[in-house]
Order: sequence, then structure tokens, then C-alpha cells
Amino acid sequence: MEKRVFMEGNEAMAEAAIRAGCKLFFGYPITPATEVLEYYARAMAERPEEEIMVVQAETELAAFSMVAGAAASGNRAMTATSGPGFSLGQESMSFMSAAEIPAVVVDSMRPGPGDGEILPAQGDYFQAVKGGGHGDYNTLVLAPYSIQEMCDLIQEAFVLAEKYCNPVVMLVDSTLSKMREAVALPGYTEVPDPDSKPNALRGCGKEESHHIITSGDGAVQWGEYNDMLQEKFKKMRENEVRYESYEVEDADIVMVAYGSMARVCQSAMRMAREKGIKAGMIRPISLWPFPKEAIAAVGDKKILVCELSAGQMVEDVQLSVKDRDNVYFHGKLGGATPTADDILSKIEEVIGA
Amino acid sequence: MKTVYEKPAVFKEAVTNYCAGCGHGIVSKLIAELIDEMDLQEKGIMVWPVGCSVLSDRYFKMDTFVAMHGRAPATATGIKRARPDKLVMVYQGDGDLVSEGMAEIMHAAIRGEKLSIVFINNAIFGMTGGQMAATTLIGQTASTAPLGRKTETSGYPMRMAETLATMPGVSYSARCTINTPARIRECKKMIKKIYEMQMSDQHGLCFLEILSPCPTGWNTTPVNALDWIDEKMVETYPLGLFKDEESE
Repeated sequence: MEKRVFMEGNEAMAEAAIRAGCKLFFGYPITPATEVLEYYARAMAERPEEEIMVVQAETELAAFSMVAGAAASGNRAMTATSGPGFSLGQESMSFMSAAEIPAVVVDSMRPGPGDGEILPAQGDYFQAVKGGGHGDYNTLVLAPYSIQEMCDLIQEAFVLAEKYCNPVVMLVDSTLSKMREAVALPGYTEVPDPDSKPNALRGCGKEESHHIITSGDGAVQWGEYNDMLQEKFKKMRENEVRYESYEVEDADIVMVAYGSMARVCQSAMRMAREKGIKAGMIRPISLWPFPKEAIAAVGDKKILVCELSAGQMVEDVQLSVKDRDNVYFHGKLGGATPTADDILSKIEEVIGA
Repeated sequence: MKTVYEKPAVFKEAVTNYCAGCGHGIVSKLIAELIDEMDLQEKGIMVWPVGCSVLSDRYFKMDTFVAMHGRAPATATGIKRARPDKLVMVYQGDGDLVSEGMAEIMHAAIRGEKLSIVFINNAIFGMTGGQMAATTLIGQTASTAPLGRKTETSGYPMRMAETLATMPGVSYSARCTINTPARIRECKKMIKKIYEMQMSDQHGLCFLEILSPCPTGWNTTPVNALDWIDEKMVETYPLGLFKDEESE
């Protein structure tokens, strides 16, 4: 049996990232993401043979810019932050997508708006999924619901970032970041040689030079460049949809939830089944691209979307189905997570409606 | 026939976009000559800013990162930490370095990042068309200071070279200009110095401020712009060496 350890989400995720060959970390302390920075700082101090480099930046603005520079050199680099820092990082999210820089960014969501609270929330969905920065761009957004999945997905995130030359967002929340559970830490992965990457800055010598630039050169050139990016986003949409379905087949009501909220919904689903209510669930793992077809396939069953927000993902669910009146929403704001009983009551209410 | 001067080999076959009398072209040429003379095409990675010099990327056959506005020192930090064996050659204007990117330059200096930073001070926003900068002289007119910069509303010109020289993370800080052939030669030596210091790996941040003419932004002729540096700018921005760890 594989060895499992009892670990905090942030720390396990940091360890998985180090094992994925991400030796460059740039961050600014912010609850609930701080332990990722701290874990990296300890690893830099205690594991010199792994040549880990951590910079505690002056702002998230700078941390994201440092990630952009480091990743542009062909090396794996990341940062981890929460909503207020992710807002500052949007400049670089837009830039990195435009400049085709493969970086991994963790946003551990806490309730906004403004400074808000440091408890769990899912209110950064729009910002992550719709592109919180300027211009037309997309980033892959992955939403794990367990510490195991946080570890597995962050390792995959680096591969996907490099596959598409685009930043990848790991969208988690306070609950996942701060809770502890048993996890089988993934092993060390193969890391591509930085010089093997097509546009990595390395010092060109007499060879063709490499340029990381997002400044346009007139409407024709910049139009074509945008078309090229859109073509890439289309491929991402076609190839990277991820989700899990639970007992959807015979269900009368299908919940849609992601992240820590999905775990509560899973319990509510079991409780409903025990009471004879045929409940199922779809759990989007990629929030962008969104699993539209899986949601559409639910047909005319009732859909209950549960989020720790005022209703953000619910808009993507509504866009996925024919009959929007079949889509119900349950949300909670401010940092408290609904209990499985709360969700069960909502299921009963919707079924009776 | 004997060749006495050639276009630096690192330059691409591009036509300059800079205005007549602009200092960016002169400094770009000095950097290009140094890349050739010091054989830096493989060793160096350039980081350009946003501003008029965003165009400079088009001229150099060098690996290049054109950073977001003000972020060049942070981006360069990422590059240097990832590839510490490289010479990271940063170039910023005054809108970029003193306004948008003040936090980034100060913290790169606080951390003592091993970077060489060429800072073009022309006391104006060039690319957007002559707006007031943090470096604009008191009384100097700009499109956003039509009656001249007033301290009551817009404060005082910022002296970067002197400020950075006080910081332990900074190993070299100087100010020069390029309004005479002799001063251009002197400027080249100073740029060479900040590149060599970074390559020696013994030093922190190396900073060279260059007072640079912007006749278009100053609404004057190229020749008058050269005189204006001596007549007006040098009083606020004295030329000189403020710190050199190697000679201490």
C-alpha cells in the first residue's frame, strides 16, 4: 500500500509542486495561502541539494511579475495568493497569457469583496474563469476538492501550462488550504530542459533570438496575433474539460458544485438517497473550460447549483442548458459553509417545487 | 579602404522609430557597441520597459523580455534568480521607473538584486506625448502641467541616483548625460562598468541614470534640447558618481 501522510492542504500542494520540478517560488504573505510560501522558504533552507529559490516579494504585483520572468526563462515557476493578491496579479495574468508564458498560479479564495474575511469562499470564480485582467484571454482553471486532488492537479498544471504555453490557475479555498487529511504525495516528475522550450530566454548567441513581448505592431499584426491566441484557447476548450459525475443517470435532481462545496454536496446527496430522493451530482474540475456538454446531457432533470458565492458558476450552468428555469441556486456568503442538512433542505425544496 | 566604423552586429535591419534628437537612439547604440565589444549576445538577456523604449526590442538580436509598465526590476529579478549566470540588462524610462514602478526599483535595490539598470531621465512622458513625470522640473511645462509644474500640487522632482546610492543593496549609482561627444564616450564607459560589475558576481544592484534629450516632449529643437540639459536639468540633477563599491 502506498504511503500516506497527514498533511495540510497548502503544505501538501507545495511539496507536490516542488516534486513537479517547480524550484522557483515568488510570493507575498496572505491568508489563507501563506503556508505555501512558508513551506517553500523552509525547503530552500533545509534542502539545499534541490536548489530551490524563493523570493518574498514586496507586493503580489511584483511576485506575479517575477513569476513571469522566471517562467519566461524556461523554468517552472509559481506563486500562491488569495483574492486581494490575485486582483493585483491580474495585470500579469493578462500579460502571461498574451506572452505565452507557462506559469502556475494558486488562488486560495476567501470572501470578498474588498479586504473581506479569511474564511472559505468561491467568489473569485468570475475573476479566474472569465479573465480578471484586460483584453481577450483565457487561462485554464482547475478546481480540486481534496488535498489528494490538489497535489495531483498541481503537478499536472505545470504540464498543461507548458503544453499550451499559457498560465494555469489552481482555484482552491480556505477550507482546502487549511484543512489536513491523508494524502499519498505524488513522486518527483520528469522536468523538461529549460533550453528545450521554444521561446525560453537563455541568451541567444548567434542563433535566432527569443522575444517575450506583448506590444502590438498595428491592427493587422495584432489582429492576427489575437486570432492565433484564440485558436489556442479553442484547442484548450476542446481538449481539457474535466469533471466527475455521481449517480446522475437515474437522478431526478442533479447538483453542480466544485471545490470544498462539492464535498458537502456529496454528503447531502447520500443523505437524500437514504431518504429516497434520487439526487446526483456533477463536479466540474476544470472551471475553464467549463463542462458544458456534461451539464447539457442532464436533460430536463432539475439542477441545483451550490456555491460559496452570490451565484457565479450558476451563470455557466444556465448557459449550458436549454431550459434555464430548471436551474436552481443555493449560495452562502461571508465565509460560512452550508451544512449537508442545509443542502438537503434545499434539495427537498427544489424537488417539491 | 579601411573601415573606421560599422553598424554594431547585434543590431537588426530595422529603421529607428525614435524622433530626431532623441537620446534613446544614442544610448541604444552605446549598448549595442558594448554587446559587440564585450561579446554579450549569449551572456546577456535584455529587459525593456513600457514607454518610448518599448520599441528598442525591434533593434536588437538579443533574448528579450519587454516587461509590463514599471515591472522591469521585478521581472528581471525572476529572470536573474532563474538564470543567475546570465547578465540581465535592464533599461527603463522615468515614467516606468519613477512613477509606475517605484516599488519595484526600490525593492530590487533593497534586496540587492544583481541587476544592471540603465535609467533614462528625460523629465517628461515621451510616448504618451509630453505629460508631467515625477522627474519633471519645477516650472517645466507639460501637457498635464500647462502652467509649469507647481510644488503645491505636484511636489518635487525625484532624484533617483542619489536616493539609491544611500542603500546598502546598491553597489553603484551614478548620473551622466549624452549632450556632447565627450559625455557620450563617458556614458559608454559607465554602462560598461555596470555590466562588468554584475558579471563579477560580487555586487548588488548597479544603477546608471542618464539625462537624455527629448526635443519632441520638450517642444524644442534637437540642438536646443542639448543645451537645455546644461541650462536646466543639471541644476536639479547634478552629474556625478554617488556610489562605487569597487573604488571604496
